[in-house]
Amino acid sequence: MSAATEHARPLLQVEALAKHFPIKSGLFGRARNFVYAVDGVSFDVFDGETLGIVGESGCGKSTTARLLMQLIAPTGGTIRFDGKVVGTPELPLKEFRRQVQMVFQDSYASLNPRLTVEESIGFGPTVHGVSEREANERARSLLDRVGLDPVRFAGRFTHELSGGQRQRVNIARALALQPRILILDEAVSALDKSVEAQVLNLLLDLKDEFRLTYLFISHDLEVVRFMASRVLVMYLGQVAELGPTEALYTGSRHPYTTALLGSMLSMDPDRRTEAAPIAGDPPNPIDPPAGCRFHTRCPRAEPVCGQAVPALAGDAAGHAVSCLMYMHGSGHSAAAKVAA
Amino acid sequence: MFFSMPANTLPAIERSPGYWLTVWRRFLRDPVAVTAGLVILALILMAVFANFIAPHDPYQGMALRRLRPPGTPNFFLGTDELGRDMLSRLIHGGRISLFMGVTPVFLALFFGAAIGIVAGYAGGWTNTLLMRTIDVFFAFPSVLLAIAISGAMGAGIVNGVIALTLVFIPPIARVAESVTTGVRARDFVEAARASGANALTIIRKHVLGNVLGPIFVYSMSLIAVSMILASGLSFLGLGVKPPEPDWGLMLNTLRTAIYTQPLLCALPGVMIFITSISFNLLTDGLRSAMDIKA
Repeated sequence: MSAATEHARPLLQVEALAKHFPIKSGLFGRARNFVYAVDGVSFDVFDGETLGIVGESGCGKSTTARLLMQLIAPTGGTIRFDGKVVGTPELPLKEFRRQVQMVFQDSYASLNPRLTVEESIGFGPTVHGVSEREANERARSLLDRVGLDPVRFAGRFTHELSGGQRQRVNIARALALQPRILILDEAVSALDKSVEAQVLNLLLDLKDEFRLTYLFISHDLEVVRFMASRVLVMYLGQVAELGPTEALYTGSRHPYTTALLGSMLSMDPDRRTEAAPIAGDPPNPIDPPAGCRFHTRCPRAEPVCGQAVPALAGDAAGHAVSCLMYMHGSGHSAAAKVAA
Repeated sequence: MFFSMPANTLPAIERSPGYWLTVWRRFLRDPVAVTAGLVILALILMAVFANFIAPHDPYQGMALRRLRPPGTPNFFLGTDELGRDMLSRLIHGGRISLFMGVTPVFLALFFGAAIGIVAGYAGGWTNTLLMRTIDVFFAFPSVLLAIAISGAMGAGIVNGVIALTLVFIPPIARVAESVTTGVRARDFVEAARASGANALTIIRKHVLGNVLGPIFVYSMSLIAVSMILASGLSFLGLGVKPPEPDWGLMLNTLRTAIYTQPLLCALPGVMIFITSISFNLLTDGLRSAMDIKA
């Protein structure tokens, strides 16, 4: 499914989103340095699609999620929902938050241990003016939808539930506000493989039932391939590649994506990991490399990669890459063949 | 409507015992803490019904029967330096001593918790401003601070309560701030913010339930300190004034008789000791009952 061509207007438009965390030191806490956690990320999310976001630890996936939810204030950039700029009188934050909800990785820490399951799920609706009784009704109805018997689970506390059950409660809590977008930040990463599969199937069912749009953040490439219609690859706070899932998995363009996919294990003994995995750790986001951020680890890097900054550029099918090899006249030897 | 629920009343659900019920059950299994709690209950009842329990008028002295030892007929615990019945004075003295132990702590709990929770939840500059101000008070030893404040304001029960409240606000605020900062960082607070709730609603519904327990337990441990400090103020003549019966003041006035009637002089101290150790044991019991791993 190529969402980019099917839908006219994106539901969520992210433009040049940035978050630079100051590193404070000294008596008055003056910022000496910044961690460039997210540095100029732009992408669109189309109504009804699942956009997967992948990347190594520390590449800015979770920071992006928190920025989208406005849990931390961005250093720069704009977010548009349904064409309206978030956080302006056009679309106040509280209204936006009803439309976009999030499921966190840590199923235990994301539920208040002093509240019952029913109270946890019903809290959001009461914030938006739903009566407590109606909120409880909604909570029980949602528990049923996520596969937990309301009679048995509505009055329980979080420590009495298993990890899978807790994550179902978290999903119900996120759905209680009837959002249009659900951000799943490593939502299944902490679960057992069998439970993970159940929850993934539940998510697919809920998506159809409530016509949701997912932002699926994960480091697990197999799971993302299963869930996502499009995939965004992040490296050191920037977008490396963005494209339809199958096109990206079978014909990756960015050397980073290729290396990342090469690290995937195959079930087929004839298809062994052939490409050399990327060596070393990502560079320090406090002092990111000049030019292309990946050039320090890139097998195809040339001198020009340390100087010129590649721009994200896409083709008609919506497959975009940020690499000098695909930029006409960039100076990279591979770019000579690229049409203007 | 998102979903349909036809029934007019919500169907009954299985309910787990809540946190506080679990804590209560665990507390009841701790014999030491329960005993301490019963002792405190007895002391409170004794103070409340002092008028009915005390065999004599605590103010009525008689020069003829000064400093009788414990065991004197009709004066079970003897008489003090003015011939007043010791038992009656100890029973009545519980009123002021307990009042001086509990009131400043609860007042400080209210203000200290408010300051600490706001500082912990807000973070940043608000936190720095509030906590650095609190730190200024922290720089003085509590006894010195209490003496200085009540010395400046003059003797009296009300001034003593104010002085002790001011002494206890900083430590309670500090505990409240650190507990709140810990809870603030948890994902469920983030999730509550993501639902669009404002800070006040989040504090009320998600923060308080998780921080009040530890703050309360810490404050309980200060009751014994407050009693002893109040007794110290009275001893120095800065708290309760004679002829008011107060355990600390009684220690002061009886101290001249320490060589003639040592047992008699020790009695107010014994009361202070029993009360403060009971509060400490109760606090320990509460703390372990609330320490549920889950």
